[in-house]
Amino acid sequence: MDEFKKKILSRSPSLPDRESRKLSGPAVNLLLGAGLIVCVLLSFLLGRYPVPLRELLGILLEKLPGVAVTPFWTETQAIAVWNIRMPRVLLAVLVGAALSTAGAAYQGAFQNPMAAPDILGASAGAGFGAALAIYLDMSSAGITLFAFLMSLLTVALVFFVSRFTKGEKVIALILAGIIISSLFQAGTSFIKLVADPGNKLPAITYWLMGSLVGATRGELRYVVWPMLLGAIPLWLLRWRLNVITMGDDDARSLGVNPQRVRMAVIVCATLLTAASVSVSGMIGWVGLVIPHMMRRLVGSDHLHLIPASTLGGGLFLLVVDNISRNLAGAEIPIGILTAFLGAPFFLLLITRRSES
Amino acid sequence: MIDVRDLSFSYGSRPVLRDIRFHVEEGEFVSLLGANGAGKSTLFRCILGLLRGYAGTALLHGEDTAKLSPRQMARLAAYIPQTASPAYNYSVEDIVLMGAAARLGPLRSPGARDRERVEWALEKIGIEHLRRRCFHHISGGERQLVILARALVQDAKILLLDEPTASLDYGNQILVLSQVRQLSREGYTILQTTHSPEHAYLFSDRILALQDGRILRQGPPAEILTPEVMGALYGIDVEISSLFADRVRVCTPGVLVKEP
Repeated sequence: MDEFKKKILSRSPSLPDRESRKLSGPAVNLLLGAGLIVCVLLSFLLGRYPVPLRELLGILLEKLPGVAVTPFWTETQAIAVWNIRMPRVLLAVLVGAALSTAGAAYQGAFQNPMAAPDILGASAGAGFGAALAIYLDMSSAGITLFAFLMSLLTVALVFFVSRFTKGEKVIALILAGIIISSLFQAGTSFIKLVADPGNKLPAITYWLMGSLVGATRGELRYVVWPMLLGAIPLWLLRWRLNVITMGDDDARSLGVNPQRVRMAVIVCATLLTAASVSVSGMIGWVGLVIPHMMRRLVGSDHLHLIPASTLGGGLFLLVVDNISRNLAGAEIPIGILTAFLGAPFFLLLITRRSES
Repeated sequence: MIDVRDLSFSYGSRPVLRDIRFHVEEGEFVSLLGANGAGKSTLFRCILGLLRGYAGTALLHGEDTAKLSPRQMARLAAYIPQTASPAYNYSVEDIVLMGAAARLGPLRSPGARDRERVEWALEKIGIEHLRRRCFHHISGGERQLVILARALVQDAKILLLDEPTASLDYGNQILVLSQVRQLSREGYTILQTTHSPEHAYLFSDRILALQDGRILRQGPPAEILTPEVMGALYGIDVEISSLFADRVRVCTPGVLVKEP
């Protein structure tokens, strides 16, 4: 029996594995984490107003308990670091991490490598909610709440519509996303049409363009909670995502309730997306591109893919934001830059897929 | 063991299964034969609890499957589909590790003990060399062995295989079925559906012949692989030849070999 088994197994032509990785998943994640910390520190040095490294370290260390440093920096430098750069840098990391984690989670939950926060209409829905909230003169809390609720509603609607379309599941989902997104985008356009062009229209346009300009510590404090609420369950559920990508029958026979896990993941990912959009507007492509890049680095196992997407997304958006605020004399909105980087990558992805 | 009692199921007003009654003993290897649309897959889905709303009962180790959660179910029976198709290209190890899902809490990830069990299962099936290969890049036969290893990690003593060899070449068909036969000798209870009466004869202890949602005949392979039963089951004239002192029986379509 064993002889025969060896013969049959050795006879089968074995394709070479494309994904021959040099580093293990945890090693990649460790490197990404270290890279993120270094990049955060370096980002404090970048900006119009010069703050040299020595002064920066002084300003940062002074806040630590039990460290007494006599200020050798100017008050303006301290304000630039604490009130301007710190919220901006951390917000870039949080938004990038949230969008990328949400994208990886959606791709797992829908068993669809093309799923991303924007493709499923969550961003369009959140944008509509934010525009409506601005139009109705709501507070910043109201805007986030509206964006979140509309986002959830949109993804639910996309899921619902795609169940009633015939044909292939992956295509049905993408089509439903396009349909519902365009519906909400039309709604947003209508609100822009009727909004006061003096103050509300520019505010809405700013939301939709996707930018981290004018990030404040208040916003940071406000957005971190819904993000944690979305990210922690996702991190805990991440291994189950592997099981549900096997298909519903297979997952159920392995002892996992696929509908329940999928619903939990969608709610959490939508929470992350809505929280991001509510503070930064629509920053596209991060949620699609980064998980794919990370899959190349750590493999498909969500146990490593979700942490890699969180860290890689934060790192990516921080780097892009640094480019956006330092490259040209006038700031380039970050949503435009991510699209410039994301669209060619997406094209590459589609052509690669059709090859195999 | 598996105990199905008076199970009936309809899709709308169309009855698919009617009064199915059979029993599979512990360690027995039973094959289910039937034409396309006879209800084999539906019967499987009822037993696995994937389809609800049937009349009658399906018991696994004395437990009514309709009353079990997916988790409880997974600890009694493992399912081996015709082809597993993960949406992403996991490594063989990752796939086999998924068998641990039913024994972990809903928010837990597998630990060292689960990974040891994966090693054990891979060695037992003899595919430890595939450990780090990508599931999408190995052959169909190897994939079925990987899914068998996953079932071993799942630690369920009943294996339900839905046409496990349907998409495999001849050598891999024999390889997978020999492995399944080996497991049944070690005490695993096997129920498989198949379109090959010859393989059912060669490997099973007993055969169930399903026709139009009813059990036409059930019994030892020698009683089922007869021109009468095969002819009735598949609707064509079948000649049966016995070879190697009746260890093997071969089906031949009568229309092609009989003189006009």
